[in-house]
Amino acid sequence: VTATDRSRDAVVVTGLGALTPLGGDVATTWHGLRAGANGTRVLSEDWAAELPVRIAAPCAVEPSDSIPRAEARRMDRVQQLALLAARQAWADAGEPEVEPERLAVVVASGIGGVSTLLAQYDVLKERGASRVSPHLVPMLMPNGAAATVELAFGARAGAHTPVSACASGAEAIAVGLDLIRAGRADVVLAGGSEAAIHALPLAGFAAMRALSPRNDEPEAASRPFDKARDGFVLGEGAGIVVLERESTAKARGGRIYATLLGAGASSDAHHMAAPEPNGAGAARALGLALRDAGIGPSDVGHINAHATSTPLGDVAEARAIRTVFGADADSVVVSATKGSTGHLLGAAGAVEAIATILALREGVAPPTRNLADPDDEVDLDLARVDPRPLRYGACGVSNAFGFGGHNLSLVLAV
Amino acid sequence: MTQQEILQGFAEILDEIAGVAADDVKPEKSFLDDLDLDSLTMVEVATAAEDKFHVKIPDDDLKDLKTVQDAVVYVEKAGVSA
Repeated sequence: VTATDRSRDAVVVTGLGALTPLGGDVATTWHGLRAGANGTRVLSEDWAAELPVRIAAPCAVEPSDSIPRAEARRMDRVQQLALLAARQAWADAGEPEVEPERLAVVVASGIGGVSTLLAQYDVLKERGASRVSPHLVPMLMPNGAAATVELAFGARAGAHTPVSACASGAEAIAVGLDLIRAGRADVVLAGGSEAAIHALPLAGFAAMRALSPRNDEPEAASRPFDKARDGFVLGEGAGIVVLERESTAKARGGRIYATLLGAGASSDAHHMAAPEPNGAGAARALGLALRDAGIGPSDVGHINAHATSTPLGDVAEARAIRTVFGADADSVVVSATKGSTGHLLGAAGAVEAIATILALREGVAPPTRNLADPDDEVDLDLARVDPRPLRYGACGVSNAFGFGGHNLSLVLAV
Repeated sequence: MTQQEILQGFAEILDEIAGVAADDVKPEKSFLDDLDLDSLTMVEVATAAEDKFHVKIPDDDLKDLKTVQDAVVYVEKAGVSA
């Protein structure tokens, strides 16, 4: 795909921001991904002692260290992470000048301000209703992170919060694309944030048998596509990108990381938590994304898979990719970066879109940590121990799927 | 408790809750206009003041506490009657 093939009003990515289990910014995160670094550790805190799963992938930095204390205490951690990622992305984009009425925010979260909700429930039980914080509702509401970013940047073209579990971050970027295409905004801060490493969500995911129980070997717990995979690792962080029209980005001399060529969405209508075994829903999203981007399977050289390290999900995704790409899948290098980061739920799709962009720009697919022995059912060309070179000029795809049967695919090109 | 002690207590509360510098906490300052507190934060300040000074500040009274001095005097009186 060349620049001339794209519509004049292409939507481009001009700024990146991320806080992840691998690092407090995009550069450190990408360095960790290329090295196949590990973000999972044992939770040594007292509250985790009795849990069946005591491992997780917390954000590598403490977000409240970078926010004035009085401001931080009225933000849930999910809002703090979103704010810092948005600031990084905005600075990275060179702080584009945009009318407030033309700047929109789309910041997703799978779960929202759950630790505030639960901490204040303790206050209610122990000290009564009069001691519940007046900031509780703005901190727990799912749109809290979007609202925090909206306020910080004075964005008046709308602030939105798509909620689709682990597809949320990708859906936010897809909604951002729609907003610009529809003429409702010129610049969009889009992405996702998640901060749900707390006893109750951990217990809940463990009750679903969705989490890897490898308490004794956290560094080996997240192993997408590997035969010995036994569940995901709950991660924490945020990823935000700046989207804008190619024409205005060029006019202001902004650096263009990538073109967001298209997005595709579908829903399984199959099961609340399990994927369709043959990946039909995911395949529909993938196919729609390619069509929206105006490209075919042979134009794609890299996929950042959603693959979370669960027995069913990884195989369903592999089948979906093979369904859509057919023989062309043989020339697509697939990476599953959750082996390093764990699963950032509603932030995953945004962080992985960023990883996809950097992979395309550097021409290298990051390795899939812990992929020692690929599942026989996974018929894909997987980046395993070492980074893999990518075909020059090929497009990239980032997949994200969520409980509820939500499927999102994004198509990017550099 | 003296007015000076109560003022000092409010300075600690306002620093903790709203990041207001102790030097800015002067009797004549308005919570909303000078110290830039919003109504939610005022509720939080009142709750913290109730705990710190062992008084009750009903909502009907809270809305009349416009300045730091209003609050100091209120707590002083409430403390006496308690």
